[in-house]
Amino acid sequence: MIEVKKLTHVYSEGLPHQQVAVEDISFTIETGEFVGIIGHTGSGKSTLLQHLNGLLKPKSGSIVIDGLDITNSKTAMIDVRKKVGLVFQYPEYQLFEETVAKDVAFGPQNLGLPQEEIDERVRSSIMAVGLNYDSIKNISPFELSGGQKRRVAIAGVIAMNPDILILDEPTAGLNPKAHEDILNLIRGIYKKGGKTVILVSHNMNDIARICDSVLVMDKGRLAMKGTPKQVFSRGEELKDMGLALPEATEITSRLRAAGMEINKICLTIEEAAAAIAEAKKMTT
Amino acid sequence: MIRDITLGQYYPGNSWIHKLDPRIKIIATLLYIVALFVVREFTGFIVAFVALEAVIIISGVPRKFIWKGLKPVILIIAFTLIINIFMIKGEVLWQLGFLQITREGLRTAAFMGIRLVLLIIGSSLLTLTTRPIGLTDGIEALLSPFRKIGLPAHELAMMMTIALRFIPTLLEETDKIIKAQQARGADFESGNIIRRAKALVPILVPLFISAFRIAQDLAMAMEARCYGGNVKRTRMNEIKMGSRDLAASLLFAAFLAMIILQRVLL
Repeated sequence: MIEVKKLTHVYSEGLPHQQVAVEDISFTIETGEFVGIIGHTGSGKSTLLQHLNGLLKPKSGSIVIDGLDITNSKTAMIDVRKKVGLVFQYPEYQLFEETVAKDVAFGPQNLGLPQEEIDERVRSSIMAVGLNYDSIKNISPFELSGGQKRRVAIAGVIAMNPDILILDEPTAGLNPKAHEDILNLIRGIYKKGGKTVILVSHNMNDIARICDSVLVMDKGRLAMKGTPKQVFSRGEELKDMGLALPEATEITSRLRAAGMEINKICLTIEEAAAAIAEAKKMTT
Repeated sequence: MIRDITLGQYYPGNSWIHKLDPRIKIIATLLYIVALFVVREFTGFIVAFVALEAVIIISGVPRKFIWKGLKPVILIIAFTLIINIFMIKGEVLWQLGFLQITREGLRTAAFMGIRLVLLIIGSSLLTLTTRPIGLTDGIEALLSPFRKIGLPAHELAMMMTIALRFIPTLLEETDKIIKAQQARGADFESGNIIRRAKALVPILVPLFISAFRIAQDLAMAMEARCYGGNVKRTRMNEIKMGSRDLAASLLFAAFLAMIILQRVLL
């Protein structure tokens, strides 16, 4: 369980260009929850994520993960990194080793695991991201395609076997096929191990489809928290924050505004199709 | 944190000094440095100090920033002072074993110290009051006469401009990579020197690759807009001399005359 209490962070404090990045944020995430975070650029999402695995220290407030207070300066950071894996935006830019296998092994090595366990984890995590271990292990990561590089980078974090996996826009800049593959991969990892997943995305369709709950950030504050249905039913407020609705929700709400009898909030294309068909049946 | 580092120490302002033609500022700074070496007596430094003070006051740059420019060279100044105090032979004032302090040593040390401080403050004023772009424009203009002997003035200035422009970008990139590797459990702070040097590899390799990627993108973008080096380029902001620049040149000439006079007369 992740408990965030009254988290505030200020960049360049005391300098003329100081900036409050997140302010007074409190929420809890249950173990095994799949949480989406949405917010306009500069709303404090990335700052929040970096606090969740101890990369940034808050000005005030606390974060307790499964009883471990990660904002306490006495907590060993390596324990936090073991618990919380963070995949940054464009993670392929962090690859550096000569071979894929060595790169994926970087994380587990830093955790000080025995060599056999490292090898095993490298193998299983490369397989988990849908790559063929035997044919790829000795290739330089720089020879791979964009989508493959991203998978290798994600494997590098999965190999640390964190209980909580955080991904910052894991599908940014990928083609539709690779986008779908990565999402399925994340869903697969989540379903298998009872892990907590936190996903930041600008793609509302993805958020609506796969998340159990959604956090909405606006100007450094937590603006909403709820199920996708609850959040996306507040379309006007979201639009004021510069956010969009999932396509299905947008279409059905416009049809409703135009007089069609659709009473529920639709999140996916299938739900929307069913609701429209039903409304049509009612009128004829 | 890495993003708090300010580079290109320009202090934005709208003063007389800020608005001067960068060419004049560059030449004046060079001549000012030469003048400091012409000086043989402390009286000369008084002239230089008064002139410098005047420029600082007009420029409106807070003293805090000027001291900040001195900080990195304090070690060098201290080293110069110590060497001079102990190494110069002459009338002995104090002695302990082979260490001795002489009257001449103290005098030379003070002299060198003052010269260095005046030199560093003077040259940092140039970068404090001139935008990096103005600086490169000025350098380009000053170097362009040497184009006849094959010096690629425009290309040099362009390289400087690009380098300055990408310092913040690369710093940001470094920050991101450090964090990404920390998230994978990398530890940059403990261990001996060899361990720490090794720990830099996961930062340097991605950083180099990023730098090449950025360079390639930039080259492509420049070519897409038909950039072709120095083929009769015109510019949006021509640097022009105004009456203000003329006045500054005259004042500076007066300063030089005073320095030369005190050297000849004293």
